[in-house]
Amino acid sequence: MRYDSPLAAVGNTPLVRLPRLSPSEDVRIWAKLEDRNPTGSVKDRPALHMIEQAEKDGRLTPGCTILEPTSGNTGISLAMAAKLKGYRMVCVMPENTSQERRDLLGMWGAEIIPSPAAGGSNTAVRMAKELAASHPDWVMLYQYGNPDNAGAHYATTGPEILADLPSITHFVAGLGTTGTLMGVGRYLREHKPDVKIVAAEPRYDDLVYGLRNLDEGFVPELYDASVLTTRFSVGSADAVTRTRELLQQEGIFAGVSTGAALHAAIGVGKKAVKAGESADIVFIVADGGWKYLSTGVYTAATTEEAIETLHGQLWA
Amino acid sequence: MAIEVRIPTILRQYTEGAKAVEGSGDTLAALFADLETRHAGIQARIVDGDQLRRFVNVYLNDEDVRFLDGINTKLADGDSVTILPAVAGGMA
Repeated sequence: MRYDSPLAAVGNTPLVRLPRLSPSEDVRIWAKLEDRNPTGSVKDRPALHMIEQAEKDGRLTPGCTILEPTSGNTGISLAMAAKLKGYRMVCVMPENTSQERRDLLGMWGAEIIPSPAAGGSNTAVRMAKELAASHPDWVMLYQYGNPDNAGAHYATTGPEILADLPSITHFVAGLGTTGTLMGVGRYLREHKPDVKIVAAEPRYDDLVYGLRNLDEGFVPELYDASVLTTRFSVGSADAVTRTRELLQQEGIFAGVSTGAALHAAIGVGKKAVKAGESADIVFIVADGGWKYLSTGVYTAATTEEAIETLHGQLWA
Repeated sequence: MAIEVRIPTILRQYTEGAKAVEGSGDTLAALFADLETRHAGIQARIVDGDQLRRFVNVYLNDEDVRFLDGINTKLADGDSVTILPAVAGGMA
């Protein structure tokens, strides 16, 4: 496939069936390989779309500074696009995110403002909002509330999936900004009213909850519960187990949040088997495992050890 | 019919500190009534009248039962039920 520039190569990712992890011949699981985007994650889609829409409506002009609260992938995508398009990029990021992420952001020229680990993404979002208020000339694209985040998936991810797999019955993705689920979910519903939209929400152990700010259960402005059919809560142990199964049984090297989405996909698959129904279940591989190698979850000798190494860490 | 029930830290005072207990019942409501017979006081912390308490999340095989049939969700042998305080379930 040929493109006129690296930015034009965002999207059009492969959809592959997982013959070993699918529960039966009639209940098939398909992986949408979003790690095949230019910077290696699904976030290239919303990042590029948010920038281009902001350029179109005049909010972003040459020389502008882009500000974004991000724990990694969106910042990496925005930094790459900003570099190619000539914008300055500032990321607000919790101080406990991995060194690989910091290096990747720095590599594409982004500046990092660390936010306290204690508040997680919530504190990063609040700090970014404060910075935006004190720098009115900076442009915050704000992935949690920007309709162009979901719009990117409505315009590209959804149509790609339906074109490749018209028989789709379930769509599964991680619940973060909610942009993927809202955008793909709305598109698929319009074309296949019976399709089931399934969220996989990360569930951390008590230790991580202790680090998080419990009094503000942050709900992204983009979230619309009516788009979802159901929601799975996936613990660290299951996310790690599925991440390793995906690697060992299907050869796909994915990030830990992808393991959580796969766990939910297998969950709805088992229900379909039990009900005697056939199903085509698509889940999103949000990124590759490269940025998480230092956690040790891939190289641990056993899954039990891998679960132990991730104990107390944020993985989505 | 054995169902594994995972108990959050704040409710372990009713289970002698156990992280998981076994129970039985055709529905979640019946399961919580069964738990009450051995762990007095736990039912009222989970259920309010004929529904789940507002700040309690219950998952059947990791699926949020509010998207299923709530407290009337049907159970089968071998199912796993997880109870969690909702306040810890932030989404971002």
